[in-house]
Amino acid sequence: MTRFLRQVAVLVYALFGLTLLSTSAMAETPFPTIDEPAGEAEKCIHPTDDMRRNHMNYILHERNETMYEGIRNEPESLANCIDCHVKPDDNGEIASIESREHFCNGCHQYTSVQIDCFQCHADRPQKYIERDKQTSSLRHNLQQALANNAGVNQ
Amino acid sequence: MTDSTNKSAVDNSRRDFLSKAAVAGTITIAPGVLLHRTAQASQSSGSHDEAVSSKNRWGMLIDTSKCANGCTACVDACNEENGLVGNGRPETDTQYIRKVTLKEKATGHETSLPLMCQHCETAPCADVCPTGASFVRADGIALVDKHICIGCRYCMMACPYKARSFVHEAVENQKLTAPRGKGTVESCTMCVTRVDNGGIPACVEACSAENHNALMFGDLNDPNSEISISLKERGGKQLRPDLALNTGVRYQGLNE
Repeated sequence: MTRFLRQVAVLVYALFGLTLLSTSAMAETPFPTIDEPAGEAEKCIHPTDDMRRNHMNYILHERNETMYEGIRNEPESLANCIDCHVKPDDNGEIASIESREHFCNGCHQYTSVQIDCFQCHADRPQKYIERDKQTSSLRHNLQQALANNAGVNQ
Repeated sequence: MTDSTNKSAVDNSRRDFLSKAAVAGTITIAPGVLLHRTAQASQSSGSHDEAVSSKNRWGMLIDTSKCANGCTACVDACNEENGLVGNGRPETDTQYIRKVTLKEKATGHETSLPLMCQHCETAPCADVCPTGASFVRADGIALVDKHICIGCRYCMMACPYKARSFVHEAVENQKLTAPRGKGTVESCTMCVTRVDNGGIPACVEACSAENHNALMFGDLNDPNSEISISLKERGGKQLRPDLALNTGVRYQGLNE
């Protein structure tokens, strides 16, 4: 009987150890969170579980129709995904597609599925590209003005 | 494979049903709204919910006598529209439009003209493409499907107008309407997104804004369009007509 109890105890310890291991493994790769869309739309055009399984089929279908038939008003486009879901963080910065913080890359890195959409397509909404272009040109002008001033003072 | 095909068939039928149900709902609930929307759709010339067809053949007519030597308005507008940023390497940097100056040796007369993809009906680029990425759309616009382009550059060799460029370096912050990336070939798209939305190409717009009006865009299949009337009255040459490519871009004011 004691032998049996000892075996049970060993089993319980082993299970406990395994649970610990698995939780620590989970801590290394946090489960990605899917942010609610920003902007005018309050929720995604499809339910989350449908999108999780089928988003690639939706955008592939739309891609071919747009490319070959010029149909451009389908809601299930990559551009629309980006427009709603990619939004600035608290500092106003947009995470690049390389980062785990990016809406697409969060899950894709978690599942080790490499995507090459963003070698050609912009990884952020157009309005933020325009915004960042303006700030960077302002910064450039300011730096130049400062450099000129420094030259004059010398 | 079979599984995913079946799944998409199921999904499609469900979507069809839902869209039909939605249409029925719209009719019964708000007939006025539906009528209003239909009226709006018929007003806009470019309805982009319908597949393009050979009913249209989009083309451009370039009057070289109006094209100003030294003016690069069309090239600049094109670069801006498509987000073409150079890397300071003119041999390999992407060009959709090149300004070409022709000089007649005997008289010294100079003609300036923009040279871009000529949007051939029987396009050599599409002929040689091993993957089918180079193609001519039903309405006559020659495009590259960069999703399946492998960057072999056969089309660049085949094009008699040297209209295509290869993207050698990584690109970021592309324009929404002009996705482009390293390892693919690209060329003038006749601003296909603008055209699908009922607009005109950026180069044509820029040329008019400069008051040169050397570029005209329109439907070659419509006998009453401005471009067809001008072609009928004054003619318009193809470049390299000996190749019998039936180009969509035509030139006026060129000497033989």
